[in-house]
Amino acid sequence: MWQRETFKKIKQIPREEHVLPGTSLCAGCGGLESLRLAAKVLGDDVVYVNAAGCFTMLATYPFTPFKGSWLYTTMASAPAGAQGVRDALDVLIAKGRLPRNENLKVVVLGGDGSTYDMALSSTSGAIYRGLDFYYFCYDNEAYGNTGMQLSAATPYGARTSTSPCSLQHPSASMQDKKDIFEIWRAHKPPYIATVAPRYPLDLEEKFARAVKFTGPKLFLALSACPTGWLYDPGETPEVAKLAVETGLWPLKEAINGAVIHTYIPKRKPVEDYLRLQGRFRHLFEPTRQDEAIRHIQERVDTYWKLVSG
Amino acid sequence: MNQTNQMMMTGNLAAAWGARLAEADYIPAFPITPQTEIVEALAKWCESGAMAARFVTMDSEHSMMTAAGAAAATGARVFTATSSQGLLYAIEVLYSISGWRAPLVLVNVSRALAAPITLEPDHNDVLAARDSGFLQIHAETCQEVLDSILMAYRIAEDERVMLPVIVNLDGFYLSFTREPVILPAPEQVAQFLPPFRPAHLGFKASAPHALGVAVLGGTPYSYFRHQMHLAAMNALDVHSETAAEFERLFGRRYDVVEGYRLDDAEDVLVMSNAFASRGKVAVDAARAEGRRVGLLRLRMIRPWPADAIRDALRSRRAVAVLDQNLAPGQGGILFQEVAACLYGEALRPRTLCSFIGGLGGKNLSEGEFRTIFEQTAEAGVRETGIGPVLLYTEAEHREMKQLQMLAGELGS
Repeated sequence: MWQRETFKKIKQIPREEHVLPGTSLCAGCGGLESLRLAAKVLGDDVVYVNAAGCFTMLATYPFTPFKGSWLYTTMASAPAGAQGVRDALDVLIAKGRLPRNENLKVVVLGGDGSTYDMALSSTSGAIYRGLDFYYFCYDNEAYGNTGMQLSAATPYGARTSTSPCSLQHPSASMQDKKDIFEIWRAHKPPYIATVAPRYPLDLEEKFARAVKFTGPKLFLALSACPTGWLYDPGETPEVAKLAVETGLWPLKEAINGAVIHTYIPKRKPVEDYLRLQGRFRHLFEPTRQDEAIRHIQERVDTYWKLVSG
Repeated sequence: MNQTNQMMMTGNLAAAWGARLAEADYIPAFPITPQTEIVEALAKWCESGAMAARFVTMDSEHSMMTAAGAAAATGARVFTATSSQGLLYAIEVLYSISGWRAPLVLVNVSRALAAPITLEPDHNDVLAARDSGFLQIHAETCQEVLDSILMAYRIAEDERVMLPVIVNLDGFYLSFTREPVILPAPEQVAQFLPPFRPAHLGFKASAPHALGVAVLGGTPYSYFRHQMHLAAMNALDVHSETAAEFERLFGRRYDVVEGYRLDDAEDVLVMSNAFASRGKVAVDAARAEGRRVGLLRLRMIRPWPADAIRDALRSRRAVAVLDQNLAPGQGGILFQEVAACLYGEALRPRTLCSFIGGLGGKNLSEGEFRTIFEQTAEAGVRETGIGPVLLYTEAEHREMKQLQMLAGELGS
């Protein structure tokens, strides 16, 4: 049974903010909320190495919401940027050109488009080389910054601007979401976790646990997205909660490859989650697509059946 | 000059020695022919402790250049090398690195681009990076490769410049050709090249900053791009200071362009890189036949040394640019640039000719040079330029017909 050791009560979460408000990200961005919580553990001695995506808009000249540093790289190579920064810091410290107390944590920020597809080569390389860094993926299940196009993280049945529903494809997206967690796990990094913004203690605990590991530490953050998933920004906590409670977004971690589910939901019907979002509305209106809904439910059931063994 | 330090070495090994003598801190690498020998030598030296640098094999040139730029932006002295397809795979990142104003040295070992795929050199690869904000120095000899790398670091890291530099050498013809190279003494290199201690770069806890941030609208974008251009132009003065200091310490002189037998030349052939050595031999041969010809070798391609080119070509009868590159549908890339910088010159050459040769390492024969000089002289007399002339000999044409026959395209 998984137990939180550092964060048992909500009051233990530090009040100090490290990602300041006022950015041009959308109201209700679940990715930003996850990052805000993560930064409470990461602190300010951080250099964020950003891949092209929604978070690019965090640092817009002449503003940055961070008290730490920022380097915008490219969509495909943020982990390689992290490699260069980490190696240079190590070299400069080893050669006595940078005092040890100037050291920084290196944190990659990437959306699902970058993480699941374009940056796979550079991510795989960084994990293979055992790079000591954090990877924070804000997964909103589509290319969000360009206006919600299909990505490899888009779940079955979701409508995006490049997977519209049609007579031929009434359920819109036909593919199941790529399992990036398992792709990462196959590389055997010391720490991987999924997090969701509605579960702050689970999230903080995981970042606190990751600190102990040297090497790649990867986080997949559910980034409920009012703009792209089509719901009211105020409902982000509810949407994130239902993603977890239906079992669609399992909260888990893998330490040196061993997977533990950190929260076992009672598993509400997936329909409760789907109904909240405009991107799934075509599954219910004008006619209910029972088969598509059943497919989604069955995928979840199969997953949890394997978990409970 | 210490002649005892003279060794026979390839252009690739000379490039590796440049990085070693510059005491690079960090070398992200990825193999590609014909550059690989450079990173092999560096890997060995890093492993043995001969170099105090960290060597990392990356997963692609795109990642390699990202790591290189990010490390330079963190404050390390960075060296890396690539060729051809590798340079093109990384080209997106080149624009980022120059935008970060992160100085580093990238050696490109020129190799023609696919398709069709080949291994031998021309300059379409390096010229694809001409607008990236990287400065470019193109070397003719193995010695010049080494010396240019040392000069490149000093220019790149100058506060007036703060831009990355590509040092280019021709694949095979220079990369794998052994020439005598004088190895500068490390103490002298230390005198020439101060340690890299950038005032405006580096990530550290006490001085957080954001680099490469998004801008909204053209006003800030244009401002930063204009800054890059002005900094690149500063590199002309910085190069001449650097060249003077280099000559003082090492006794070898490199200018942004090199004139060969230009003094009384009526007609001038413009070339770059290793094939310029053949051009010089051809100039000697033509002079022996009584032609008053000379050669101008373009050494610095970015920033474009327009004044030096104008000075060298003013009042000539005819100028021929021999491009070892081809912009299909346009012609020679360097021809365009030479022509553009001569237009405003009152005493500009009467005639400009454009020749395309040596693509994919194709030979430039004595006969072709003779033809170039003849046709250029005639054009000068006529006062009508020619080109682009696609150089291809009858023997080559026959050889190609044979290949086509084997491929089954002809004769069936």
